[in-house]
Amino acid sequence: MPAPKRFSVKRRRVCKFCAEKITYIDFKDGKLLSHFIPERGKILPRRISGVCSVHQRQLSEAIKRARHMAILPFVSD
Amino acid sequence: MRTYEVAFIAAPTLTPEELEAFITQMQTVVEGKNGKVVKVDNWGKKPLAYKIKKFRDGYYVIMTLEADGAAIAELERRFRVADHVIRFLSVRVDTDLKRSEKIKSARQRKTVVRPVPAPVPVEDFEAEPPSAPIG
Repeated sequence: MPAPKRFSVKRRRVCKFCAEKITYIDFKDGKLLSHFIPERGKILPRRISGVCSVHQRQLSEAIKRARHMAILPFVSD
Repeated sequence: MRTYEVAFIAAPTLTPEELEAFITQMQTVVEGKNGKVVKVDNWGKKPLAYKIKKFRDGYYVIMTLEADGAAIAELERRFRVADHVIRFLSVRVDTDLKRSEKIKSARQRKTVVRPVPAPVPVEDFEAEPPSAPIG
């Protein structure tokens, strides 16, 4: 009898910023940044979003700046 | 000379004329310090993500400057003194933009120097003779 087939959730493993060739993540672009903010308002870890390390660093900086300028919330629920 | 992006939020109690007057005042401050205002981006009144000084919205203004640290220091000092500026942030962007340009140009060079290699011609395989019927 064959082993039961295991289903795994396939996630996009390609960095969104590399794919779209974004070289500078702007803190003013709240719409773009909001993709990486879950319900709670935290920064989405890259193991979930698939963002590469270079862009994750830029992204987190941009999100922090956006929070300071009240473009994004610090906490929300 | 460095390129900076100076963003600030003005209180919603301000009239648009007062805001304009304040922006021009800030421009003269920068010019007084041998700086140059490249661009002023007025987003208008926008809701804040959270309350600041009990305000729920504010005027967002983003100025792009070419100036030295002294001009930024003076500008920030004035922001602190002005009661109607509820939040500000200045970011040095020239290094990041330069890096961004470098990556972009490198990417372009790459595509020019290394064109897509021509597809390897597929050699004609001799058609396999049909297998003899079994039996």
